[in-house]
Amino acid sequence: MKESPPSVDALPAGLRKFPRFGRRGTQSRKTVTFGDASEVTTSKVWAVVSLGGLLVLWWYLTRGPEPILDEKTFPSPVVIWDAFVEWWQDGYRRTSAWEHASASLSRVLKGMVIGTVIGIPVGFAMGLSRIMRGIFDPIVELFRPIPPLALLPLFIMWFGIGEESKVNLLVWASVWVMIIAARSGVLGVSGSKVHAAYSLGANKWQILRYVIMPNALPEVFTGVRVALGVSWGTLIAAELIGAEKGLGTTIYIASRFFRMDIVFVNIIIIGVIGASMEMIMRFLEARLIPWRGKG
Amino acid sequence: MKNLSVSNLEMVYELPKGGSVHALSDVSFDLQAGRLLTLLGPSGCGKTTLLNIAAGFLAPTSGTVTLGGEPITGPGQERGMVFQQGALFEWQNVSQNVSFGPRMNRKKKSETAVIVEDLLATVGLRGFGDKAVYELSGGMQQRVALARCLANDPEVILMDEPLGALDALTREKMQGLILKLWQETGKTIILVTHSVEEALFLGDRLFVMAPRPGRIEREYELPFAKVGLSVDPRELKASPEFIEKREELLSMIWDMEEQIMGHEDGTS
Ligand SMILES: Nc1ncnc2c1ncn2[C@@H]1O[C@H](COP(=O)(O)OP(=O)(O)O)[C@@H](O)[C@H]1O
Ligand SMILES: [Mg+2]
Repeated sequence: MKESPPSVDALPAGLRKFPRFGRRGTQSRKTVTFGDASEVTTSKVWAVVSLGGLLVLWWYLTRGPEPILDEKTFPSPVVIWDAFVEWWQDGYRRTSAWEHASASLSRVLKGMVIGTVIGIPVGFAMGLSRIMRGIFDPIVELFRPIPPLALLPLFIMWFGIGEESKVNLLVWASVWVMIIAARSGVLGVSGSKVHAAYSLGANKWQILRYVIMPNALPEVFTGVRVALGVSWGTLIAAELIGAEKGLGTTIYIASRFFRMDIVFVNIIIIGVIGASMEMIMRFLEARLIPWRGKG
Repeated sequence: MKNLSVSNLEMVYELPKGGSVHALSDVSFDLQAGRLLTLLGPSGCGKTTLLNIAAGFLAPTSGTVTLGGEPITGPGQERGMVFQQGALFEWQNVSQNVSFGPRMNRKKKSETAVIVEDLLATVGLRGFGDKAVYELSGGMQQRVALARCLANDPEVILMDEPLGALDALTREKMQGLILKLWQETGKTIILVTHSVEEALFLGDRLFVMAPRPGRIEREYELPFAKVGLSVDPRELKASPEFIEKREELLSMIWDMEEQIMGHEDGTS
C-alpha cells in the first residue's frame, strides 16, 4: 500500500494555520512533551544566564579573592577588554587590527573563489559523465582525506613562505569539498524532473541550465559553507607557522612576547569571524534558496 | 489529430546481477485520437514501463509505438507527461512552471503570458501565478502539473498515477478536472491508476493489465467518462451499472493479487 502524504485540502481554512501561542514550542496544549523534539526550543533566558555565568566564573577565577589562574597565562576578562580596545585603536606591531583581519579574510576569499571555480565544473562533469567520473573519482578519493595542513611544508617549499603558498593551500582545502558538493547536487536531481523537462521540449543544454543547475544549487551552497569553515580553520593554523600579517600570525607573535591578552583577543576575534561567516551564509541561503528541501 | 499505435511491444529488463524481468509481453493496441485510455492493474504489471516507452524515455526490446504513423524514438513535446508528484520545478513559481515549455521553445513573451493566464484559469488556479509551488497543497500542485503539460499543446498526455498521492476528496475533485480538460481539449490521454473506481470513471477505454509477464488481460469500452460531467459523479459511481463493473474488476484484480502472493510464498 502507498502512504499518501497528508493534504490540507480537506481542512477548513481556519484550521490550516493553527495559531501559535505559548512560550514553549508551537502548541502549548500538548499534554505530553517530554521526548517531543518540537517542544525543545532554545530558552533565551538560560542562554543569557549561561554566557553571563561563564564570564563571572572567569572573572572570579582570575580576579577573585583567591585567584586560581595566573593572569600571566590566563588574563582576566577586564584585561582582555582593555587589550581589545588597544588592539582595535592602535593595532599590533605597527599593523592595524583591520589589516590583520583583512589579510586573513582576503586569503580565505581568494582560496575559496579559485577552489569553487575549479570545483563546480569538475563536480558537474563527474555527475554528468561516466568517463569524467572514472577519471576524477580516484583522484578525489585519494586526495580528499589528506588534511590540508599536512601539505603546508610542501606548499611552502614549492610556493614560498608568502601569500602564494597560503592561498594555494586554501584552494586545495576547498576544491575537494566543492567537487563533492557539486557532484552530489547533480546526482540528486530526480529522474521525473529531467523527464518532464525533456517532454516539455528542453534540449540537453536547457536541461543543464534550467533543471540540473538550479537543482544542484542548494548542495553547492552547502559546499561553500562547509569549505568556508574548513578554509578558515586551515588558514589560521597556517598563519601560526609563518606570515607577515594575519590573525593567526598575531597570535603566534604575541605569544612569543608573552602578550596573552593579545592572544586571547585574537582567538575571540577568530571565533567571532568564523561564526559570522556561518551566519551570513545561512542568511544568504534562506534568501537565495527558499526552495531548499522542498522538492 | 494523430492516432497512437502500439504493436507487438516486448520489454525485457536485464538485471545487473543476472536474470531478467519480462515487463511487457506482446502488447498491441490502437488508440484513436481524442480517447481517454485508463490502465489498471496490480503493481509490477508494466504500466509505467508502457508509459515510459510511449513517452520515449525507454526503448522497447522489440515492437514499435507510432504516433500519427511516426515511430517514437525519444521524448518529444507532442507527448506530455504528468507524474505522480515531485516533478514540478520547486525553484520556480507557479507561472514559471507552467511557462517552462513555451520558454524552452523561445515563444514570444507576450504569447506565453496569455497561454499561462488561460491555463491557470482552466485548472482553477487563477491568481496563484506568483505562489511558490511548495506552498501549494498536493492537489493544487497536480493542477500546476496539468497546466504545465498543456502549455505545449501536446497531442497525447501520458499520466502515471497522477492522483495517486492525493486524499480521497481532493482526488474526486481532480477526476472532475481531468474529465473537463479531456472534453474541452479533445486530447488523447493515457492514464495509469491503481484505483478501480478511477479507472472506470475516467476511462472511455480501459485495459486491465496482468503481471508476469506484463500484458493486457482484458479490454473494456466504457460509457461513464462521456457523461461524467453532466451528471452527479457520486450518483454515477453509485449506479448499478457502475457498481457491477467495479465488482467485476475488483474480483479480477483480487485474483491476480492472490496469484502474485502465491508466487511469492512459493505455494503455487
Ligand atoms: N529499470 C528497471 N530495471 C529492472 N526491472 C524493472 C525496471 N523498471 C521496472 N522493472 C520491473 O518491471 C516490472 C514492471 O514494472 P513497472 O512498469 O514499473 O510496473 P507498474 O508501473 O505497473 O507497477 C516490475 O516487475 C518491475 O520490478
Ligand atoms: Mg508504476
